[in-house]
Amino acid sequence: MSITDEVRNIVASHGKLPVDVGTLADEADLYAAGLSSFASVQLMLALEEKFDVEFPENLLNRKTFASIAAISAAVSGLVADHQAA
Amino acid sequence: MNMHSPAHAGTPALCERMRRVAKIAAVHADDVDARARFPEEAVEALRTERLLGAQIPAELGGDGATIAEIAELCAILGQACSAAAMVFAMHQIKASSLVSHGEGAPWHRAFMARVAGEQLLLASATTEGGIGGNLRNSICAIEVAGDTCRLEKDATVISYGDMADAILITSRAHADAAASDQVLTVFLKDQYTLEKTHVWDTLGMRGTCSDGFLFKGEAPAEQILPRPFAEIAAQSMLAYSHILWSAVWYGIAADAFARAQAFVRAAARRSPDQTPPGALRVAEASSLLQGVKASIVAALEKYAVAQGDEDKLSAMSFSVAMNNLKIASSQTVLTIINHCMLICGILGYKNGTPFSLGRHLRDAHSAQLMISNDRILGNTSTMLLVHKQDTSLLG
Repeated sequence: MSITDEVRNIVASHGKLPVDVGTLADEADLYAAGLSSFASVQLMLALEEKFDVEFPENLLNRKTFASIAAISAAVSGLVADHQAA
Repeated sequence: MNMHSPAHAGTPALCERMRRVAKIAAVHADDVDARARFPEEAVEALRTERLLGAQIPAELGGDGATIAEIAELCAILGQACSAAAMVFAMHQIKASSLVSHGEGAPWHRAFMARVAGEQLLLASATTEGGIGGNLRNSICAIEVAGDTCRLEKDATVISYGDMADAILITSRAHADAAASDQVLTVFLKDQYTLEKTHVWDTLGMRGTCSDGFLFKGEAPAEQILPRPFAEIAAQSMLAYSHILWSAVWYGIAADAFARAQAFVRAAARRSPDQTPPGALRVAEASSLLQGVKASIVAALEKYAVAQGDEDKLSAMSFSVAMNNLKIASSQTVLTIINHCMLICGILGYKNGTPFSLGRHLRDAHSAQLMISNDRILGNTSTMLLVHKQDTSLLG
């Protein structure tokens, strides 16, 4: 499964969105879709657990969680850093 | 001040103007409180001194005041009349939404010029029946048809709604939008009707006249602010609210402290050989007051560094810092005023003495409730599940 697909699954299970995640494009604005700041933290915790990474301070902002594509990019970067280390 | 010094050369003049307003506000503060009436004399004085436009950019007819300068003005007025100071603070918080997010929009630029030119008073309608106090959610939705927008909202609180010249009101962005997908719209007085649903009869902050209303408005759709409310809330409203409110509360506590200190000094003059019993508590209250002041100044510096940088303003570390300021100042001012009450004794407890503190204490009790501290602590605790607190001293 690609990182984007995994992220999609986690958004579906932890994002508490009022819409079906399957209907959202990778670039769709998750905040407009109803992502709350509380749910974004839960999402972050679930991603940290799933990918065994830790979100550094510079990624703890709204932009990182603005879309499935943005989350996937952030996670990919963290996973790559993790593997390089 | 350091290199991020938020004040500039215009500060003393602004303060001088506000001191003249404060003088008038102080005369009427007890009556405003007793009758739970709007501080009209103080607001009239704010207009005379042209301070309602203080934050509007100079090229649009205002003073272009920084958040630090506005905070100083709130603290000055807070020492005279808490209700007038809170009205001023809430007006300036709304003005910050226009200044920070409306500059690129022709309608909002023209409106800012009107705010400064005509000294319009701005009110806020973010609370709604059924949302449980979370202003980042709306039930009502704005309806845009052609060039016109319409909105109906069960606004359980609109502070000084009856007295405002315009209301900035939140709603969902459209009929199908999620509860958190919100916009902020400016409605002018002749574009809405208000039907009173709740009367503001409270323990303190009585003069803010924060009645509830059923709001019904219709206006040109271009009056909707061009940025999502989520952005406005995160990038200007959070900091402006917590900093300006804290400045008002600081003002209330500072005036209580001044009364307590005067009480002890009078006692010391009567018997110079004896340290009055309250003297130690004055020292303790002084330390607490300095703590509140330092927290506000630190938050102002943090904002000065982050200002204009979307990433820094939307970072968790910034939200945590602003939330922490609100929690600390709202709790500490109560402790300070309570100390002052112990110092002044029955003369502090009694109304109508030079050392009366009842109004201060009652007004300050609102601080923990305007956005409940429990809600804020809840949000901060969520963020602290992932955000690691900066443990450096100066960073």
